[in-house]
Order: sequence, then C-alpha cells, then structure tokens
Amino acid sequence: MNKIKSLDDLRRMKQAVESGIDIREKGDVPEEKIVQIRVAMATCGIAAGARDTMNALIEKVNKDNIHAVITQGGCMGYCYAEPTVEVRVPGKEPVVFGDVDTKKAAEIIDKYVKDGELVEGIIPMNFQSINQ
Amino acid sequence: MGQYKMHLLVCGGTGCRASESARLVDVLGEELVKQGLEKDAQVVTTGCFGFCEKGPIVKIIPDNTFYVHVMPEDAAEIVAEHVLKGRRVARLLYQDPNSGETIEDSKHMGFYQKQLRIALRNCGFIDPECIDEYIARDGYAALGKVLTEYTPEQAIDILKKSGLRGRGGAGFPTGIKWEIAAKNAADQKYVICNADEGDPGAFMDRSISEGDPHSVLEAMAINGYCIGANKGFIYIRAEYPLAIQRLEIAIRQAREYGLLGTGILGSDFDFDVELRYGAGAFVCGEETALIHSMEGERGEPTVKPPFPAESGYLGKPSNVNNVETFANVPVIYLKGPEWFASIGNERSKGTKVFALAGKINNVGLIEVPMGITLREVIYEIGGGIKDGKKFKAVQTGGPSGGCLTEKHLDTPIDFDNLLASGSMMGSGGMIVMDEDDCMPAVAKYYLEFTVEESCGKCAPCRVGNKRLHETLEKICEGKGTEADLDYLRNLSSVIKDTSLCGLGQTSPNPVLSTLDNFWDEYVAHVTTRTCPSGRCKALLHYSIDTEKCTGCTACVRVCSTAAITGEKRQPHVIHQDKCIHCGACFDKCKFAAINVQ
Repeated sequence: MNKIKSLDDLRRMKQAVESGIDIREKGDVPEEKIVQIRVAMATCGIAAGARDTMNALIEKVNKDNIHAVITQGGCMGYCYAEPTVEVRVPGKEPVVFGDVDTKKAAEIIDKYVKDGELVEGIIPMNFQSINQ
Repeated sequence: MGQYKMHLLVCGGTGCRASESARLVDVLGEELVKQGLEKDAQVVTTGCFGFCEKGPIVKIIPDNTFYVHVMPEDAAEIVAEHVLKGRRVARLLYQDPNSGETIEDSKHMGFYQKQLRIALRNCGFIDPECIDEYIARDGYAALGKVLTEYTPEQAIDILKKSGLRGRGGAGFPTGIKWEIAAKNAADQKYVICNADEGDPGAFMDRSISEGDPHSVLEAMAINGYCIGANKGFIYIRAEYPLAIQRLEIAIRQAREYGLLGTGILGSDFDFDVELRYGAGAFVCGEETALIHSMEGERGEPTVKPPFPAESGYLGKPSNVNNVETFANVPVIYLKGPEWFASIGNERSKGTKVFALAGKINNVGLIEVPMGITLREVIYEIGGGIKDGKKFKAVQTGGPSGGCLTEKHLDTPIDFDNLLASGSMMGSGGMIVMDEDDCMPAVAKYYLEFTVEESCGKCAPCRVGNKRLHETLEKICEGKGTEADLDYLRNLSSVIKDTSLCGLGQTSPNPVLSTLDNFWDEYVAHVTTRTCPSGRCKALLHYSIDTEKCTGCTACVRVCSTAAITGEKRQPHVIHQDKCIHCGACFDKCKFAAINVQ
C-alpha cells in the first residue's frame, strides 16, 4: 500500500476512490435536483436486453459526468416497446422512451438529457401515477 | 472499486448485529453470486442508521428503499425481486406507526426528514472498515487543510468562531478548551478522546466509533496539531467490543496510509493514537477520574484546578473531548465556521445527537439541529408514544439530568434551556415515559444507578445518595410521610452543594425535577398511600366485588399466599394482611370481580 505523503496525494487518492461511493452520494440528492433514469427491468424487459441498456446508460453517464441516478423499475406495461426507459429531468414532465438499445441509450443522454432535444421513440404517457 | 449499479447497505452496528445482520451480509453476498448478480450489486456493511427500533436495516441505493427487520431468510427474495427485477419487496418496507401507510424510501420517512446529520454524516453511509470510503467522503482533507494552511492559533480561532461546545454533557466551548491546552507550555502534551459513554440508554459515541471511526482519529490529529501534542489516547470501555475493533482497524489503516505517524502529509507534524480500555465505571467519564484510570490509579475524580489542560495525563497538559465533539471537528474546517454557526440557535450551535428510548415508537439514534423542540423530536421523528398512550415526561441527561413535562414540549432544546428547565443536555439520552410510569419510581431507578456508580470518595455522594434511595424506596412501598418529601429536597441540595465531581453534583437532579414537576404524585404516595399510575405494587389494594363474584374459586387456586378464602359459589374475600399484591387473581378472574385501587 502506498503512503499518502502530501495533500496532493490525498486529493489524487480521493479522486481514485470516490467513484466507488458516487452512487450513494447521488442517492442522497433531493429528487428535484438530479436527473432520474429508470429502466424497466421486468422479465420481458430483461429478455429484450434491458440489462445491456442499463449498463450502457451507466457507462455513458459516468463518462460524460452527468449528474444522474439510474435505477431499475418494474414493468411499465409497454411490452411491445421493451426495453423502455423513463427519464425525469428536473422541472420537466417524465418522458418514456421505447425500444432503447445501447445506441439509443447514448442518444437519449446526448440529445435529451444534455440539450433537452427530444429523440424518436417516445411513448405517450397513458396513465397517471398517484405519487405525482 | 468497481462500478456497481446498486449498493445494498446493511447496518453493522451493535444493535443490528445482535439480530444477525452479520449473517445477513454473508447470505446476501451468496445469493448475489448464486443469481449471477455479483457484478451488478455490492453488499456493504455500514455503521448505524439510527433506526434501531426496526433493525436489522437494509438500505438499497440508489433508490433509497428502506427495508426493516430483515432476516437472513429474506435475502433470496430481495435479490430475486429487487436486485434482479427492480420490484420492491413490499412486506419488508417500513410502515408508519400512526397512519399505517407503507413508506418506500428513506426520503419520505418522518424519522429522517427533520434530521440534520453532521456528527453522524458517515454513519450508515460508508463502510467503517474501509479508509478509502472515508477518504472518498473528503476524509482527512480537513487535517490536510489545517496542516498546510493554518497555524495552530488560526486553527483554534476557527473552532472558536464555529461556537462548537462539548457534547459530553457540560457544553464547555471546545475552542477555548483547546486554546488553554495550547497555551500551557510543556515538553509533552496529550490528546484524549473520552469514549467512556456511561449514561444508561445513550449510545451515540459507540455508534460514531463503530460507524465512522476515522472522523474521530482525524479530529484528534487536528487537535494534536493545535495544542502541540503528538500523542493521542482513546479511553473506551471494554464493553464496546465492536467499537474497539473498528477503531483498531481504523488506526492500523491510517498508519499504513501515513495519515498517522511521522511527517503527516509532508508536514513536520507527528501524531499517533492508542486505545486505553476502561472497565465501564460511570465516574470515569469525568475527565480527572478518566485520566487517573488511564494512569493505572483508581478511577476517582480529583479537585479542579488543576484542570487537565494544565496537568493531565502523567502530569502533562492534556485536552479531553468526547467522541461526538471530535466527530464535528473535521466538517467545521471543510465547510467553515460560519456554516456551522449558522445551524442551531443563539448560544448552542450545530446539531446534537440524541438516543431515543423508552415508550416511543421509533427507538433509535437521531441528530437534530439545536433549538428543535421536544415536540418535534418526540412526535415527528420519534413517531409518538407507543400504543397510543399519553405522554407524561421525558428524562434527558441520564442519571444527572431531570424530567421534562408537557409544559416543556415547545421549549427549544439547547444547553441553556435544558438547564433552566431543571434538566441538562448530558450526553444526549432521551427516555420517554407515558402515563403508566410512576415518577417516584423513576427517580428511585436513577438513584439505584448512582448509588452503584458512586466511587465512594466523598461522603455526600457515597452516603447521601444511598439515603435518598432508601427514602424513595420507603415512599414507593407506601411507608413514606410528608416529612420525607422535605427530607428528600434538603438532602438533595446538600449533596449537590458538597460533592466534588459532576456525579455527586448532579445525581439528585432526577429527584428534584420529579419533586418539582410531579409533586402531586409524591403527595399521593405519602398521604392517601396510592400510586396514581398503578406502578408501585405495594400501594395497590385488591378487593373482590361481592356482586360480581360467582365463587368459582379460580382466584383461590392461583393465590400463592392463600390470601383468598370463601365458600364455593359464594362471594370470596381477600385478606389484606396476607396479600402480596402480585395481581395473579386479577389476571385470572373471568368475571372482572377483582378491583384494583
């Protein structure tokens, strides 16, 4: 184990280890201050590749340093369009995207999350949640 | 550290471990492997979440799902449902005791909404056995900042500006304490952390040592730099094995990283920490007694002055602070004294950790800003009184504190207000009592503790507390007189005025505050010989309602002293001279024919 010999060493050390608990820090951020992305991960979603989609989203968000928390959710009912992903940008209505493969996942981050530009494949919300 | 999609935080505090949380960690890990998800989710053992009432606790990150009472048998379902499919396991979620509503995540729990966690910032968040996680949370950055940017005088000044006061009980300004120790020149000085938490029901120092040990080490090193000490000791009671283990691991890791040792972070400052074990004597929480115990002497207090800052451990200037005080220090340097001083109220800054216990729904550990009211703590965070009973009193400050009543519910909690109300902050124990609790009996309980824990050095404490206890016993047995009440009051003030250390000076507080606030209850015990809350068995009077008694003889058969007689199918009689007030007949009677008064 290397010794930490200076404050710069300590800072470098922090940078190296902070990603390990990043997910916990984000979990603590109030909902209205962070982008929330929920991947539907019921049986049909997983069968359609939701796991790959989720991994791609996590990778992309980390690479581009986006303040977002990615969780998995249950079935949203859009079985024809799996994998489905719900994106909540603070201050905006949630948007659900269908048929999100790894490529589409990156596109959603690049266009919708970063610039607010809609991408194809939006599923109109046909229900209201009691939580809202 | 890899990139996990999900973290399963499992409480590894003493409370949850007592309910098998250590095995739960193993089983969760095995299940993840079994279901092929070990790369997706990570199981982390953390410190205490504070919600001890419902342990073992598992918190799932990032969705903040809060599972309560999780048993090893539940692991497979959590992994199969939540980790794999993202579906919460509804039966393990927390239910609000008042509304009966199921609450899905910690952000919506009343228990957490009013809390502000500074001293407990890392408890339940990081793995206390992993220094990297502490560093990831800006750990040791405050030490680095102090060593590179400030002179000891400047660093002490910052602490003074923050307004931090000692969290061990008396509330002495920490910055001033450091300044005094710094000004006393000597070839050797010491930093001592008081982890001899002795108040019954208080466990914040244990939880911090278990959940965030590095914050204590970091603060001690800062303290060492400020006062010119290169050696620190943590005095901890041997009955805290898990806290000792976690502190030992933390010290070893900090030494390996060079964060303890010589030339810390490239400076010319050396500092190291060792543990010293106490045998669990209450009086050793008093700083002079603690130092004598460390020196191998009897754990007895001595007269101050000289204060430890002049002549402490081995006669050298020593600074003693308790665990919670130290845990606040690093954040003050990182976020600035103004930030800290903006929390709390006029004369008490920052937050205070309280251990909620007794007749309250959410027993556990909480941290709240100074100045919050008792009502908010008991009803909003604590979830109200158990079983819908009526609130009667809350005892703060342990055996040295007093009882606060309904009329104090809206008083802001801080050092000075609690003193003015006849109690004290103490280390932060809060024991809630309901209508069924008898106040003279409560005072008796605390005196029992003080009699046991008095070191015996001064007569007022050694003999006086014993006499107080005997008088209270007499009152609870229905043998007291009105003169006894005056005696209690007079003796109490003598003990307070003539004892040497904090133990004797405060031990009559439970008696005095219950006399003040519950005078009628004492009077009932000594005049009509009744116990209004029905707690004092000797004062209960059992009799048989001849109208209702069918003469079934069920009571005769359970009476262990043959105090009940009567013909079959005829009303029975209880002979008061033989009755021991055990209540067995009352429980047995099917016709509600037994009256209790």
